[in-house]
Amino acid sequence: MLSARDLTKSFSTSEGPLQVLRGISVDVTSGESVALTGESGSGKSTLLHLLGCLDAPDSGTITLKGTALQDLDEAGRAMVRRSRVSVIFQQLNLIPSLTVAQNLDFQARLAGVLDRDWQHELADRLGLTPLLARYPEQLSGGQQQRVAIGRSLAIRPELVLADEPTGNLDEATADTVLDLLIEGTARSGSALLMVTHSPRLAARLDRTLHLQDGLVQ
Amino acid sequence: MNAVAFQALWSHWRRHKVQLATLVLGLALATALWSGVQAINAEARKSYDRAAGVLGQDQLDRLEAPGGVTLSQYIALRRAGWDISPVVEGRLSGDDLRLLGVDPLSAPPQPALTALAGDSAALATFLGDGFLLVAPETAARLQGSDLPPRRIAADVPPGTAITDIGTALRLLRTDRLSHLLIRRQQAMGLTPLDQITDLKRVTPTDQSSLAQLTDSFHLNLTAFGLLSFAVGLFIVQSAIGLAFEQRRAAFRTLRALGISLRRLMALLAVELGVIALVSGAAGILLGYIIAAALLPGVAGTLRGLYGAEVTGTLSFDPLWALSALGIALLGAAAAGAQALWRVARMPLLAPAQPRAWAMASGRMIRMQTGAAIALLLLSGLLALWGDSLMAGFACLAALLIGAALALPVLLLVLLRLAGRFTRGPLSEWLVADARQQVPALSLALMALLLALAANVGVGTMVGSFRATFVGWLDQRLASELYITTRTPAEAEAIRTYLTPRTDAVLPIWSVAITLRGAPAQVYGVADDPTYRDHWPLLQAQPDAWDRLAQGDGVLINEQMARRDELSLGDPLTLSEGWQLPVVGVYSDYGNPQAQLIAGTDALATHYPDQLVLRFAVRADAAQVPALITDLTACFDLPDDALRNQAEIKALSLDIFDQTFLVSGALNVLTLGVAGFAMLTSLLTLSSLRLPQVAPVWALGVAPRQIALAELARTALLATLTWALAVPVGLALAWVLLAVVNVQAFGWRLPMQLFPGGWLWLGLWALVAALLASAWPVWRLVTLPGGQLLRVFANDR
Repeated sequence: MLSARDLTKSFSTSEGPLQVLRGISVDVTSGESVALTGESGSGKSTLLHLLGCLDAPDSGTITLKGTALQDLDEAGRAMVRRSRVSVIFQQLNLIPSLTVAQNLDFQARLAGVLDRDWQHELADRLGLTPLLARYPEQLSGGQQQRVAIGRSLAIRPELVLADEPTGNLDEATADTVLDLLIEGTARSGSALLMVTHSPRLAARLDRTLHLQDGLVQ
Repeated sequence: MNAVAFQALWSHWRRHKVQLATLVLGLALATALWSGVQAINAEARKSYDRAAGVLGQDQLDRLEAPGGVTLSQYIALRRAGWDISPVVEGRLSGDDLRLLGVDPLSAPPQPALTALAGDSAALATFLGDGFLLVAPETAARLQGSDLPPRRIAADVPPGTAITDIGTALRLLRTDRLSHLLIRRQQAMGLTPLDQITDLKRVTPTDQSSLAQLTDSFHLNLTAFGLLSFAVGLFIVQSAIGLAFEQRRAAFRTLRALGISLRRLMALLAVELGVIALVSGAAGILLGYIIAAALLPGVAGTLRGLYGAEVTGTLSFDPLWALSALGIALLGAAAAGAQALWRVARMPLLAPAQPRAWAMASGRMIRMQTGAAIALLLLSGLLALWGDSLMAGFACLAALLIGAALALPVLLLVLLRLAGRFTRGPLSEWLVADARQQVPALSLALMALLLALAANVGVGTMVGSFRATFVGWLDQRLASELYITTRTPAEAEAIRTYLTPRTDAVLPIWSVAITLRGAPAQVYGVADDPTYRDHWPLLQAQPDAWDRLAQGDGVLINEQMARRDELSLGDPLTLSEGWQLPVVGVYSDYGNPQAQLIAGTDALATHYPDQLVLRFAVRADAAQVPALITDLTACFDLPDDALRNQAEIKALSLDIFDQTFLVSGALNVLTLGVAGFAMLTSLLTLSSLRLPQVAPVWALGVAPRQIALAELARTALLATLTWALAVPVGLALAWVLLAVVNVQAFGWRLPMQLFPGGWLWLGLWALVAALLASAWPVWRLVTLPGGQLLRVFANDR
């Protein structure tokens, strides 16, 4: 379903260009869950951003169900982010000025795929029903991440990319959030690629990719 | 230690240069507008004092008579031993010059004349062929004029020429003196004046009459300056507040490292002081430029309104510069007080997480709303029961500050309502986001509200005034031709000449009296349809004109009715033994004094010696040009002796338009400052908006759409602010027309509405807001994706 080949990416810094990805290749099949691990600076987040159309590679190809993502312009990448790939960050996923209910259905409405029944089911399963009228600032970190998961699954994306979604949470909350993420992606038929530092959490996914110095080991 | 700590604090500004520039420019603008207005006021007052002080006229008693003093009256008094000096005063309308004719040998000491005394050749020329002593700027203006030669005398007031009395009489084409100045030192044993002349002795008032007359105008100007200053301070407070909020962590660290709270506060105060002094210096320069640019307009206004001559060029006064620096320091202190107070109350272990300073809490908005309600109530009470000019201005201040404080809560309510009607996720986000931005943008929006309300208010006042004035002129100037003659003989000859050739020749004559301790003018009018059909009466008894014709009643002007609280039917004693009831009240815009109208016969009975030198002529309008040519040829009348109706109307409207030039300029400047406040707030906010914008971008909204949404949000807030500014502006106009005008000038104007003007203003506000948001939006949406992604990174 997702195939990335020979991806490179560098950033300019005050000390000169910094090569973060050095020709990385990754494949993810439909419904599969993959953990992405590695030291800080190994390129995990950068890879996730390229796969999620949040950034463009310097070279290499990314194909999502036949669509060559590297050839898309900004509008095309925005379209992919809106309707095919969901990204969950470690924090600040939510739009502060919207309520939980509005945040939950925001992406689905942008993509024009709002399914009220699915929305209610997600809210129920994520335990968000009593919180729908609240604003993000009135939620705990775990509650905020549950809203982010609900929002990302609302469009039934082909791929969910999660960048340390439990990094700010305590262990118990992290487990709960991960349970919900795994169960949710399975129910929506989405593949999951999750960046994590935790071997314990990585072990709960189908397989693990370890990055080092911009390459898969 | 102080230096190290100060360096640490100051490093913030090195890294936030735009913020520092905003702060300096905001304070400089506020200082400039305030001190510019003060400079204009000071220059005008200096001119009044110079004008009042010419020939010691502000100190010496004078003898005068209606219609002027004859040479024989003057000679009789000199022969009786009185040390008096003749003065003839008049205007040369062609050159727009006040001409003052004096006898240099008997005139009170005057620097310009003293110079003549030491130069016998110059004195001989002055007395012989004659020349005019004028100020340098007047000399420049008169270049190419066919008046007698000019000589520069720095002490002569602007717009005035001093010359020998013989030259003045010749130029003014008159044979009468205006008045006689009585020297303080007189010989012993002289016959008292009241036994040897029927001329009236007049003692000068303590303050120059011009200064008194123009007080209201200068108060208006000061109020505008204060409004601009307040609008500028909004920018300053916003910038200081943000800088302090961004440095909360630094403050905490400095205190943790052993800097006492007192020392920290002192260092922050010094930092503010340094910024205020730099801004003040920039403000002085800017203020001088603004004042110099506005002064010619103010001079035109004062000339038009009060006949006051004010120099058109600005002199630099070190005291003014010092006071401008003082106001900059005061402004910085006022704007920084809240921020300093918060630092003083901040616990040592306060969370260092920066929170946008301007994000006022719900509690703050509730407090603001409470204060707004209290101020608006106070404004209402002052409008209803205030009884002075100061109360009028206090009412204005309470109204404007109250409305500004109420703005955030009103915007929140309106946005909540708007939210109910939005469809689609992006428009829902836009409205919800706008609601969240209201506290952060409230200071800039308040500044915009004040500027827009001032524009609507002053625009409505000026528009109402102009429309009323035009209608009033049409009524008052019903006659086709107005003639001013020089002598009773000439008046009689012209009247005889005109009577068979025109429909009516109506005398215009008046007597100066003192009524209830104040000067007043009584006009005598003939019983003619011209008055019955046209005169603008505000209230009248049904038979008012009949009673006036029979000598059984008097009409009074509105300002007199208001000042003396006179109503229809109230008896009024015009002179000893002459008491008449008030039978009508008429509008009399532009006249600062009390005025009355009595029947011609009644006035002639009580003032038999009064001269009638002016006439209004009713004739076929088509005949008027020929009539003017005939009259000029037959009687050798000077240019300004004959005025047709259209000429007077055009002149009056020209004066009127001049009067409000400065208000217009200050309006534009205030709107400009408010636009700048918007720009600075939006620029500041753009860096704080990443957490709001980044998730929306990450969810697949293209940068172009985000830019449009950002622009739409600013447009929405500006439009709502404009919609709220219109009623505030109308309330402001009502207070100006019904309270301030009545207190300042004694007349009340009917308010008229100009919706077209509001729409234009709304359009301008929208354009200004969009222009102000263009750069911040462009900066935001052209951020590399990497910068937006940093919002989500763990190290944030």
